[in-house]
Amino acid sequence: MAKQDNVSVQQRQYLRREKRYARRVLLCQLGLLIAFLILWEVAGRLGWIDPFIFSGPSRIWQTTRALWNEGLLRHVAVTVGETLAGFLLGALVGTGLAVLLWFSPFLSRVGEPYLVVLNSLPKIALGPVIIVIAGAGTRAIVLMALAISLIVTVLEMLGGFHRTDAELIRMARSFGAGRAQIFRYIVFPYNVPTLFGSLKINIGLSLVGVIAGEFLVSRAGLGYLIVYGGQVFRLDLVMTGVTILTVVAALMYESVALLQKWVMRRYGH
Amino acid sequence: MECLRLEHIGQIYHAHNGEETAIRDVSFTVEKGELLSIVGPSGCGKSTLLSIVAGLLPPTSGQVFLGGEPLRGYSPRIGYMLQKDNLLEWLTIYQNTLLGLRIRHTLTPRTRMRAETLLRTYGLWPFRDRFPSQLSGGMRQRAALIRTLAVSPDVLLLDEAFSALDYQTRLEVTDDVYAILKQEGVTTLMVTHDIPESISMGDRVLVLSGRPAVVREILPIVFEGGARTPLFCREHPAFTGYFQHIWKELSAHGETG
Repeated sequence: MAKQDNVSVQQRQYLRREKRYARRVLLCQLGLLIAFLILWEVAGRLGWIDPFIFSGPSRIWQTTRALWNEGLLRHVAVTVGETLAGFLLGALVGTGLAVLLWFSPFLSRVGEPYLVVLNSLPKIALGPVIIVIAGAGTRAIVLMALAISLIVTVLEMLGGFHRTDAELIRMARSFGAGRAQIFRYIVFPYNVPTLFGSLKINIGLSLVGVIAGEFLVSRAGLGYLIVYGGQVFRLDLVMTGVTILTVVAALMYESVALLQKWVMRRYGH
Repeated sequence: MECLRLEHIGQIYHAHNGEETAIRDVSFTVEKGELLSIVGPSGCGKSTLLSIVAGLLPPTSGQVFLGGEPLRGYSPRIGYMLQKDNLLEWLTIYQNTLLGLRIRHTLTPRTRMRAETLLRTYGLWPFRDRFPSQLSGGMRQRAALIRTLAVSPDVLLLDEAFSALDYQTRLEVTDDVYAILKQEGVTTLMVTHDIPESISMGDRVLVLSGRPAVVREILPIVFEGGARTPLFCREHPAFTGYFQHIWKELSAHGETG
């Protein structure tokens, strides 16, 4: 590990090079975004694309401002709330099931083909059934998000549990650890990174579930805005919805990433 | 005084494509406070033998006795140290050394004190709040040894405990560990494929054959003059004699490599 207090010229140069490189990457990333926005705007104004269908940055900005006064935040809050609910449920139930399957290799073997099939099944196809069971409302939307993220979580977590360093488990067993202790002291902490990996995937999946759910049944939320915009042929509204959704998804992902950093630092990984 | 005794231990592995005899009729005893090193070609079943003594693997036949009593499965009187240090990267060195006590539900102020004393005695106290990744390979190995000794085992099993280290570190750690074991008076059963290591550490060396493993010879190691440390042994004139003897013993019995 490099000492920070007595830095050589070469080390300083190295750090400066690294910093410059990172800045160049960031600059290019921003440049790409700005270029895209400008191209989009110009293409619309010069008639290369139909702004009525493809909208444009300035139109989206105006629509956003108009929506702000009509309670945009409420729509965002509804979608974020539903996503979080589905996400947390998926993570909890999924991890719980994975733990259960880890504890019983027999159950795990028996359940394997079902998990594989359920994993490849498009869960959105279950939409009508979910609506009939849970009613046309928030509950159906959350269930949809849960359905989409659950099996992936189970598979991810179970896979992680099984990939735990066998030598560490052997070490714990050499102290007489039972299965519960092996899980508590070795397998679970070992898989904190796996957990966060699956949480990151789940944020995206839950959003898919929520938006699909809102398409089917809802009177609020970003999915509702998008579907409504399509129905009344206000495609500005659709594009605005999609844009805000992108931002929301990015922010939620970043929050998980930040939480991961924080937990990992405390855990000393 | 006899501490550990193995009687007619045999082990047969079963798999879909047939069965294989890993160990056949192995018997020996380890005296209290003694360090017995077992040397044999790679894959001859040395680790299997230790797994059996550690109670992680029930033998197909035979019986292990600890202090004259038959050993059935896992015993808290046996400490087992594996090839890798297996320190948990998410715990500090201090927490790592307490792991065995935690698992055994024997973490009391008294046992905690013992762990702390071991950390102090063997130079890891200043590093107790570091994480394993911040320590050198030798220090990590020492921390792993302290974790094993913290549970106060009567018998310590060392399974190729130094082979993951580079040569330089290995010589240092061997000296280190030897000193610790002798100071704590732990009865030790050590497995290695490294002949110089088996000679420099062992009070006696047990030579195993290739699969299926049987006992070829049990050779008492005596170095005269001076305080015995592994490095001292390696430089002793008698060392080469032992080495050649064991080398011949290992290669004379159809070991093709």
